[in-house]
Amino acid sequence: MFNLPASMGLTDILSLAIAAILVNNYILVQFLGCCSFFGVSKKTDTAVGMGMAVIFVMAIASAASWAVQYFILDPLGLGYMQTIAFILVIATLVQFVEMFMKKAMPSLYSALGIFLPLITTNCAVLGAAKTNIDNGNSFIGSVVYGVAAGIGYLLAIVLFASIRERMDATIKCPKCFEGFPIVLVSAALLAMSFMGFSGLSIPW
Amino acid sequence: MNFKEQLKAGVILNNPVFIQTIGLCPALATTTSLSNAIGMGAAATVVLVCSNVVISLLRRIIPDKVRIAAFITIIATFVTMIDLMMQAYLPDLAASLGLFLPLIVVNCIILGRAEAFASKNKVLPSALDGIVMGLGFTFALVLMGFFRELFGAGTILSGYVNAGKGIAVPFFNANPAVMMILPAGGFLMMGFIFAVIQKVMAGKEGK
Repeated sequence: MFNLPASMGLTDILSLAIAAILVNNYILVQFLGCCSFFGVSKKTDTAVGMGMAVIFVMAIASAASWAVQYFILDPLGLGYMQTIAFILVIATLVQFVEMFMKKAMPSLYSALGIFLPLITTNCAVLGAAKTNIDNGNSFIGSVVYGVAAGIGYLLAIVLFASIRERMDATIKCPKCFEGFPIVLVSAALLAMSFMGFSGLSIPW
Repeated sequence: MNFKEQLKAGVILNNPVFIQTIGLCPALATTTSLSNAIGMGAAATVVLVCSNVVISLLRRIIPDKVRIAAFITIIATFVTMIDLMMQAYLPDLAASLGLFLPLIVVNCIILGRAEAFASKNKVLPSALDGIVMGLGFTFALVLMGFFRELFGAGTILSGYVNAGKGIAVPFFNANPAVMMILPAGGFLMMGFIFAVIQKVMAGKEGK
């Protein structure tokens, strides 16, 4: 009745995960989620909190949007409604997660809560949901991809936050570069170092 | 405020990308060439104008509590329309913009203008605001796209003129710095443009 994508082997899933974390890093290679990347990377501990929240939401959003695509949109022939359906699913989901966390896990909520509304409009989440469908990932593959892309986000934002902390303390640069421009230039240097991963492939 | 002043404010003095620093993702990702930048800017402008008009028409009907969800639904509808139309009539451009075409939905500029302007103003001013802000966004993208393509590939408007090869620029075409059209070059170019803006601003204040 439902036309589901083929299941994926362990090696496929592993190479998918490594590609999502390093080779196609969401921020530094694909430019998804840049707004929050620059906004929340002033301090390392808030960066860690934001990264964790992104991993969490991306895992759930990947699973939910996969189910919506294959169990609702495809059987009804509503493929063209994908963008509208996904953004609403993600917005509702984030709202629910926030309410659930507030009641059930107050300590986690106080750590991640303030970041959750920000994530709704984070293009990385919608991007991951659509990429999963475009690549025909299986259910497990989709969730792994969501988590791995989130880990890539966490890695990039934590590295960048620690660079910024050090930069604020020691930097000497021309006056016109002070503030945001030098932040962008250091992001460029970080992106250059991630270009080194572009030749990486899984040998087996 | 007349249209000329509004245009100046939207494109230069209050430019969404360079002054307000919102909408950075598409400004970095879709500016690998001038034609991509123009396509992305045009698509976002059309969505911005249409959504501003509809939201302004419905501003008394939408309950305050669910306004964000309602705005997102309206924006997503127009984005889907543009996405499908581009895939039908401009398949090459749609392919090179790829994922970023549907992602106009989560562009902060569009939701920001809906919340800050269209939900409080009449239809005509909202439409004008959409045009002005859209042009400001397009201007920023074109500036980025022009310099990145010039330095990175040594051409201008590749994909459109001269059988898809674009206009080769003599000096730059001989030694293109390929890095500028790679992701790192996007951050670098944006950093330099911001630095120039700060320099100009500081010069103006100093006078």
